[in-house]
Amino acid sequence: MSEITKLIHKYLRHDKKFPHVWCPGCGIGIMLGALIRAIDRIGYEKDEIVLVSGIGCSGRLPVYVDFNTLHTTHGRALVFATGVKLAKPSLKVIVIMGDGDAVAIGGNHFIHAARRNIDLTAIILNNSIYGMTGGQYSPTTPYGMRSTTTVYSNIEQDFKISELAVTAGAVFVGRGTVYHAKLLDSLMEKAFLKKGFSVVEVIAHCHTQYGRQNRLGTAVEMMEWQRDHAVPVEKALKMKSEEFKDKILIGVLVDKELPVYQDEYEKVRERAKSGAGR
Amino acid sequence: MKKRNLKEVLLQGNEAVVEGALRAGCRFFAGYPITPATEISELLSVRLPQVDGTFIQMEDEIASMGAVIGASLAGAKSMTATSGPGFSLMQENLGFAVIAEVPCVIVNVMRGGPSTGLPTFPSQSDVMQARWGTHGDHPIIVLSASTVRECYDITIKAFNLSEKFRNPVIVLIDEVVAHMREKMVLSDREEVEIFDRIKPTVPPEWYIPYEDTPRGVPAMANFGEGYRYHVTGLTHDIRGFPTSRPDEIGPFIARLFRKIDQHFSEIQMAEYFQIEDAEMTIIAYGCVARSAKRAVQEAREKGIKVGLLKLTTLWPFMRSAVEKVLQTSRVLIVPEMNMGQISREVKRVNRDIAKVFTLNKVDGTIITPQEILNRIMEVS
Repeated sequence: MSEITKLIHKYLRHDKKFPHVWCPGCGIGIMLGALIRAIDRIGYEKDEIVLVSGIGCSGRLPVYVDFNTLHTTHGRALVFATGVKLAKPSLKVIVIMGDGDAVAIGGNHFIHAARRNIDLTAIILNNSIYGMTGGQYSPTTPYGMRSTTTVYSNIEQDFKISELAVTAGAVFVGRGTVYHAKLLDSLMEKAFLKKGFSVVEVIAHCHTQYGRQNRLGTAVEMMEWQRDHAVPVEKALKMKSEEFKDKILIGVLVDKELPVYQDEYEKVRERAKSGAGR
Repeated sequence: MKKRNLKEVLLQGNEAVVEGALRAGCRFFAGYPITPATEISELLSVRLPQVDGTFIQMEDEIASMGAVIGASLAGAKSMTATSGPGFSLMQENLGFAVIAEVPCVIVNVMRGGPSTGLPTFPSQSDVMQARWGTHGDHPIIVLSASTVRECYDITIKAFNLSEKFRNPVIVLIDEVVAHMREKMVLSDREEVEIFDRIKPTVPPEWYIPYEDTPRGVPAMANFGEGYRYHVTGLTHDIRGFPTSRPDEIGPFIARLFRKIDQHFSEIQMAEYFQIEDAEMTIIAYGCVARSAKRAVQEAREKGIKVGLLKLTTLWPFMRSAVEKVLQTSRVLIVPEMNMGQISREVKRVNRDIAKVFTLNKVDGTIITPQEILNRIMEVS
């Protein structure tokens, strides 16, 4: 049996009625592959993984995999995950979100989860559009681009999700694209192993909505765009700022240490039991 | 550990909620500061870590409700407490708890509304929101309390019912009861019935997470205990997977209602006071029920045959209790600190057997015994 067949048998749900909901050519499958490979390499038990998602194309991901899976309300995946993690810290809690999920409706939860430094990994599929609802502009749709709600072109500035995560205090932030599948594998592995709030932003294409409305070509052509515009962090340091203008920084953006919420709360419990602070 | 057996304490309603929650086994609280419910948060932030529980202050009430559901799925008895504006924000995830059948308790200390309204004044105006606040057809259990002691008992009851029926339970108290201090006796030795969710006993490969059962309540596996299953806010089949099949959707929604409907006797609670010969009955709940009781006593002294039906369970509405008082009473008075939310239900059940009078007050002050007595005199 090939490696991929083994992983499919081990991690995909056999009792779930396939096919999946995603369009042919979508990048979510590549992201799911990276997620499963990273989990398999680290050797987590399936019982100890809780995969939480919000709403949208990415929100449908957990249903296909054989973990404890939780498909929550739009934008709220991180808060459900916070409850799960605090009630049972032995669980490895991984959160899947889209760009609208994470930084529009769930933007408040995103910055606060990062600030609190709860031990969660947030994986954000950023395809610059609301795909499932038919291609409306999202907070990551670049200025000047077209969507079904910006037919006269988008006049808003876009969020840079990874940079937002860095500023909000995430202890690990990595960005990759679905073209750079191997980088995604390693970013996810690093994020899962990191204690504290870790973020992996996955730049993906939505050829069905974003690509079609902006005449960006097929899925393959959009992935080629990712190849041509992604710059590893190490290389970017040597580039002049004008060279970097339309590029995407990929790699590890931040890897630092801060007190982790659960560890600190354990200390709170000890203080509470000893009667301190009262 | 402090010795707590048989102790007379002076507590406010909010503090009694905390004592009841801890007694029921609550080990997780997520909330956001809001008047007049804040004491519940403050006290649980002190008490929960002492018993290896978790308190977290979230960024808003949407987040609080989500965290409560997540914690419950991981096995912790969980609750939040809020007031009107926060309760509005919780409606979204409250619906999730209903459809995914996640036990949890929400305490709403009612204050005057709409919007920011009257943060420090009492009200009973969230009765209908508690019933229908979240979108879609859904069953809900809503309890109320009118004394400090009841805050304790009803909170325990709320946890028990939520665990038993895998449904969120809302405790509606008003600012008067929440902040009023009364003596109550707390005892560790007291026999208190505590109900924990029923877990699956079958091996994981046989577990059907949303299976229909005679009680209508499927066994609930906690995350991380070997039963890997899917939890979703989408309408789902018995395995928990999203479905768009009418033959699966219909029975699922019907079961959600049936699990509550066929257990009214376990859920619906009321108290009757001097109703045996009552030609007139006051129907009240929360702090108003106390004024009503006093008014009934004073009216009796004047020779008016009046009784009191005190509703503890507000939803599902206790039709049987109203029908019981309709056996003797031809006049019903429903005093409420709102524009008439329970009185409509009373009228619906009444069907012209009795005359139903309302007494509504929405100026931020309580309904006094004298006001109810005046109403009794007016209509008798």
